[in-house]
Amino acid sequence: MIATLTVGERRTGAVLSVVLAVMGLAMAGAARHQVMAVHGFMAFGLGIGLVILLGGAVFDPDTTDGRQNRYYDAPTRFGIVMTLVWAVIAMGVGVWVAALLYWPEATPLWPATSFGRLRPVHTTGIIFGFGGNALIATSFYVLQRTSRARLADSVSPWAVLIGYNLFCFWAVTGYLMGSTQSKEYAEPEWYADLWLVVIWVTYFILYLRTLARRNEPHIYVANWYYLAFILVVAILHIVNNLALPVRWSVAESFPIWSGVQDAMVQWWYGHNAVAFFLTSGFLGMLYYFLPVRSGRPIWSYRLSIISFWGITFFYIWVGSHHLHYTALPYWVQTLGMTFSVILLVPSWASAGNAIATLNGAWSKVRDDATLRFMFVAAVFYGLSTFEGSFLAIRPVNSLSHYTDWTVGHVHSGTLGWVAMIVFGAIYTLVPQLSGRREMASPRAIEWHFWLAVTGTLVYVIAMWNAGITQGLMWRTYGQNGALSYSFLQSVQAMAPYYLLRTIGGALFLAGAILCAWNCYLTVRTAHGEAIDRPLIPEPAE
Amino acid sequence: MLKLHYNLEKISMGLVIGIIAAASVGGLVEIAPLFTIAETVKLPADLRPQTPLELAGRKIYMREGCYACHSQMVRSLADEIDRYGPYSRAGESAYDHPMLWGSKRTGPDLARVGGKYSDQWHVAHLINPRSVVPASIMPSYPWLTQSLETELLPDSLATLARLGVPYDKAMIAAAAADAPAQSRPDSEAAGDFAKRYGERPAVRAFDGDPSRLTELDALVAYLQSLGTLTSVQNTPPVEAAK
Ligand code: HEC
Ligand code: HEM
Ligand code: HEM
Repeated sequence: MIATLTVGERRTGAVLSVVLAVMGLAMAGAARHQVMAVHGFMAFGLGIGLVILLGGAVFDPDTTDGRQNRYYDAPTRFGIVMTLVWAVIAMGVGVWVAALLYWPEATPLWPATSFGRLRPVHTTGIIFGFGGNALIATSFYVLQRTSRARLADSVSPWAVLIGYNLFCFWAVTGYLMGSTQSKEYAEPEWYADLWLVVIWVTYFILYLRTLARRNEPHIYVANWYYLAFILVVAILHIVNNLALPVRWSVAESFPIWSGVQDAMVQWWYGHNAVAFFLTSGFLGMLYYFLPVRSGRPIWSYRLSIISFWGITFFYIWVGSHHLHYTALPYWVQTLGMTFSVILLVPSWASAGNAIATLNGAWSKVRDDATLRFMFVAAVFYGLSTFEGSFLAIRPVNSLSHYTDWTVGHVHSGTLGWVAMIVFGAIYTLVPQLSGRREMASPRAIEWHFWLAVTGTLVYVIAMWNAGITQGLMWRTYGQNGALSYSFLQSVQAMAPYYLLRTIGGALFLAGAILCAWNCYLTVRTAHGEAIDRPLIPEPAE
Repeated sequence: MLKLHYNLEKISMGLVIGIIAAASVGGLVEIAPLFTIAETVKLPADLRPQTPLELAGRKIYMREGCYACHSQMVRSLADEIDRYGPYSRAGESAYDHPMLWGSKRTGPDLARVGGKYSDQWHVAHLINPRSVVPASIMPSYPWLTQSLETELLPDSLATLARLGVPYDKAMIAAAAADAPAQSRPDSEAAGDFAKRYGERPAVRAFDGDPSRLTELDALVAYLQSLGTLTSVQNTPPVEAAK
């Protein structure tokens, strides 16, 4: 990684690392609270580590000759490694929390290993750690290929990736120590939120600067989606996390929003984290890797325009479908419901466009497990958006809300769509970046595919059953006009489904571990540069 | 249209502005009015802010992730009203920064749990739920017997006061002392506490031991306060909206 930097860049990097270390030390020194001190020391340690790494190489020879003729893929490689690391950590914790719901004592009696603290480790680790690293890593790759230009500079991609992972580690270690804002998918405390803003702005600027250097007149669809992901996530993150710290020296704060307004802001954020993190960004991934892998152009350009603007416009309205029958004013619920149903149109336009792209390449889908991952992803994208629009209808939501049906919907989207498209992209990228024609073990991909599909189906079907059973038990009245079931009876009825879900999740996790191992083997036997889309070199820097 | 877009694709700032514009409308239309319309900004006349001890309990509730399994929002559906009690009104959570409505009911709703069980039941249940409800899948929280940190309470109240929660200067200054006071019914401090917060908040040794202030005291005080901070939920909807 360091050999790809010029001596000047190594110096800049070392200076930035010193700044990080000083910041960490200042944080640790000022902190009056255990969590913030630990986080300060984490930043300090990371800064010092990087200084040693970079400082040690300041006098090494500069081997970057002719690099303006090449794409800059070292950050992408690092990002993929982190994606896999987070996949294993966060899915592992996912299986653990799943097991805890079946067997509540399957955990040491320590605060840090309690269900309520592990659950956000799963959600943050998987959405931000796994999903976020995959998005950033692939966005760098796709941006360069579709622009036929090298990243605008070589330091900021590292700053983005390393800084982003520091945010993720702050977040999950914070929960374990009991630090949380309790807002779903926005649990990290105020200083971590501020840090993420800095990282995100750097990311956005790098993206625009690289686009400005492009040698293609048009900005390819994938980049629109990545851009929407970067921009809208920034807006959502800032508004939802506005908070007053209790003191500058402690990891505790109060959000400025309260009550109904807070609920609405939270789910405006929450649902659009789904939309712009878990959908828009991954559609960007799909729009690049699916055509590349299948060797066919996107089926309809017009449809891709309609679905892009449809998704960007309509999604923002739907957050209130998380608050049906609550104290949120009725008209806002109605708007949320209406737009959720309309949203099905652009969603299915995207899914359909992806599947139609495969027309004429079905034999490839049959033979190539990597392409099959992408195909299944598109199918699950279609399924989970249909389910979502259905769940958003008020009477349906009266049954499904608060139950495991929501969890089933979540995982049909995240396992079936998000994780599958990531694995498809990884299996396309890793050989490419290692200068090989294919992964070290094609058979392992095949195994992974079937583990992932089986795991997803077991998980999702178990949760559908669980959710509907739960919802019905809660609302069933007996002959005498009293409720038929106690809450506890509904808890007991869940046991077999929770067990099944744990098994499904374990299969999925096994597949992810297989993927990490396969990637390791592939990278270990890397050959060098692969055939790539030619870059149009910039005049010497 | 297509032609227009064809050209837009050549200008990155054009796309950026388009995305921001398209993504702003929905949020503005749905969120901005909530800060002005009567239904959402009307404070129930009898809504009281949480006492320092209850607030500390709320922090523990968040810290332990109780909200991941418990909602605090009774929907306006017949079965929920029969199971839990009157459905939740917007005014009830007006002082809640953040709200804890929740999105998943692995355990039952807690919006109306205040007064439903005795303190002893809660203590036993929190330390080991299976000791009172054998089939429970709720986690055990034996570490809640540790003593409660009160050092941050004055700053917490001050921060909330800045956000509009009606804590006065005296409440802020005495917050660290008011927390133990609320769990020592016969002490002198309890009298001072009652002067500041009135007679409504319960003053008891919530964990059964008045000599020590523990996290259990705070959490149980918080749980017992749920649904009792106002009685707006018991009024018919038309009157409540007035
Ligand atoms: C894994 C999910 C889970 C977590 C986390 C959890 N609970 Fe529970 N809780 C349950 C279940 C299931 C029940 C129903 C069975 C029982 O009464 O134990 C329950 C019941 C309760 C009840 C009784 C409610 C009633 O009306 O009968 C209270 C009070 C309660 N929990 C408080 C808490 C508090 C406080 C926390 C955090 C410290 C917490 N719970 C964390 C699952 C959970
Ligand atoms: C190994 C596979 C996985 C397992 C076993 C697993 C397990 C779980 C469990 C047990 C919960 C808590 C449900 C509850 O509280 O009732 C959960 C929640 C969640 N998981 Fe997973 N998960 C897995 C993979 C993923 C992936 C890949 C993603 C995202 C990319 C994801 C995203 C989420 C989200 C967003 C929630 C919160 C749902 C909600 O609040 O409604 N999970 N998961
Ligand atoms: C047209 C598209 C979609 C619509 C209309 C939609 C709608 C919904 C609805 C109605 C809920 C239940 C809210 C509740 O009762 O609490 C929900 C929850 C959720 N959905 Fe979707 N959904 C869509 C697509 C997706 C996709 C593709 C994903 C994942 C990649 C996803 C992830 C989630 C998550 C994580 C939650 C749980 C939030 C929580 O309670 O913590 N959704 N969605």
